[in-house]
Amino acid sequence: MAILLHADTPVIVQGITGREGTFHAQQMQAMGTRLVGGVSPSRAGTTHLGVPVFATVAQAVRETGATASGIFVPPAFAADAIMEAVAAGITLVVCITEGIPVQDMIRVKDFMRCYPEARLVGPNCPGVLTPGAAKIGIIPQRFSRPGPVGIVSRSGTLTYETMAALTAAGLGQSTIVGIGGDPVLGLSFSDVIQLFEGDDQTTHLVVIGEIGGSDEERAAELLARGTRLKVVAFISGRTAPEGKRMGHAGAIVSGDRGTARSKEEAFRSAGVAVAETTDQIVEMLTKL
Amino acid sequence: MKLLEYQAKELLASLGIPIPAGQVARTPEEAAQACAELGAVAVKAQVPVGGRGKAGGVVVARTPEEARAAAARIIGMDIKGHRVPLVYCEAALEIEREIYVGLTVDRDARANILMLSARGGVDIEQVAQETPSAIARLHPNPWRGPLDFEINQLIWEAGLGDRARELAPVIKRLYRAVPEYDAVTAEINPLVVTAEGRIMAGDAKLETDENAAFRHRDLEERYAPVLEGDPLEVEAKRRSLTYVSLDGEIGVIGNGAGLCMGTLDLVARAGGRAANFCDIGGGARAEVVENALAVILMNPKVKGILINVFGGITRGDEVARGLVSARDRLGLRLPLVVRLSGTNEEEGRAILEQHGIVPGANGWEAAKKIVELTR
Repeated sequence: MAILLHADTPVIVQGITGREGTFHAQQMQAMGTRLVGGVSPSRAGTTHLGVPVFATVAQAVRETGATASGIFVPPAFAADAIMEAVAAGITLVVCITEGIPVQDMIRVKDFMRCYPEARLVGPNCPGVLTPGAAKIGIIPQRFSRPGPVGIVSRSGTLTYETMAALTAAGLGQSTIVGIGGDPVLGLSFSDVIQLFEGDDQTTHLVVIGEIGGSDEERAAELLARGTRLKVVAFISGRTAPEGKRMGHAGAIVSGDRGTARSKEEAFRSAGVAVAETTDQIVEMLTKL
Repeated sequence: MKLLEYQAKELLASLGIPIPAGQVARTPEEAAQACAELGAVAVKAQVPVGGRGKAGGVVVARTPEEARAAAARIIGMDIKGHRVPLVYCEAALEIEREIYVGLTVDRDARANILMLSARGGVDIEQVAQETPSAIARLHPNPWRGPLDFEINQLIWEAGLGDRARELAPVIKRLYRAVPEYDAVTAEINPLVVTAEGRIMAGDAKLETDENAAFRHRDLEERYAPVLEGDPLEVEAKRRSLTYVSLDGEIGVIGNGAGLCMGTLDLVARAGGRAANFCDIGGGARAEVVENALAVILMNPKVKGILINVFGGITRGDEVARGLVSARDRLGLRLPLVVRLSGTNEEEGRAILEQHGIVPGANGWEAAKKIVELTR
């Protein structure tokens, strides 16, 4: 059944008439995503890629019944676009935009407390793809095929690489979720893992983390409490140099958590297999 | 942008936080002059990194001669890879007590966090580890900032209730660094209580959000020219690249931070050492790839280059065209291994092959190949 996004999910794209918005909305249509409209205030009333363009998300929702939105607007306007979507009743917001000021995202997160049914994926993420059904975002569908492996990842390109390797090995995917690389995110690893836990189609799970923050450690704690999924984790950045630190505030907040070692150890002690390269992910998954 | 102490203090002062009298000195002569005007001064190296005191970058000078000598020694000194461009001469304080107050982004809480402790000073991280309860914490609402009673609670929780009247405005003003300057870290450590009972920022750290630079062009114009970083990093920044210098010989270009870090891991695993981290990001166009190559080639230590691009937004044909034109224009003769896949990968590979560049099969194979070629 997959998670978050299905063949019948009605989707709009905010920023549909821009260069990236147009290119990726086309790609989304090409894989059969039910694209029902777009939002672009300066082009409202026109038709683009065969779907109507609206001035506001509220109008688009009213006219098309859309429940999901992909955001391809510039960083200075992206936080407002997310809140507009959420306020209009969109329940799955996927924000691709990279470079949103962190304070804008902190405000978005606070704003979203009033809309508990809304889920945000990203920002600075490749999006969500359910093979054979639909995608919102920029994940290249040609490397995917339907199957039992769920992928949740903080990286964009590492996700594609993993997905391609799985597909080449004959292992299809249920849903691929790129949660994004920013410090302040929508869905966390734990949120997405819980969704996969409740999905019949998904039997295996790949978790691709990065250094920084402690979402991976929390996900490991969640998995340690018991899971029916067979899980392989990969953490990128084990040889990355420590950033030149300024002040103590960051260290006081995060302590020892956040390093590749801390994350790998957290997964290992939760009984999760930890791959050292992306190639090993497939190898280890097949053996589980 | 990581501001220097004197720059951070200028901004804090603009928010109404008391700072000691001080002067910037670019030469020993200017330091002597500052001491003549201010009396005893602390001559402090200005570098955007912690630990300068332990590196000998802070000297107390009682006379202009001492200040001149201290500045002569400190200016030009290397502290953790940063050349000291200038010193800040600040009127020495008679310290009665040191308090810690800091503000940063708490990723896990997806919020800002304000922290206050009665045990300020250089050992604050140890305090945090050994007695976390000695640091009071507050996550202010991002739309309205901390309310007066919340700040008051924070002060009492930190055991500083006797100083509430003077501390509250300082904390409230420090928080203004978030809405006014998009600060991601703002820290006063120590916040000094002087022998006369006055409160002043003894040191200050301020880092602003690069993603919000478009809202603060004035700050960049005022402060960025003084910041002397690694010359390659400075050049990369001028060309809008995400670039970090490392110690090795293999230049690395990737798209996406995760893939780029993963590529560094692969190079290390294959027995090589990366010369840099260079993320050309999503939506990378031909000119971005060319810029990245140009910066990497400025590093004389580089013996070969590994490019790992898996395209979502980045289209393979654009990357390939950029590569070919950059190689030709830059006269690149070093070994070059390219791993290219994703959107428009066939077109990209065809372009590479037409121009005599052979793409690597996968990331791991490509890493092994470049390590071999540069040995």
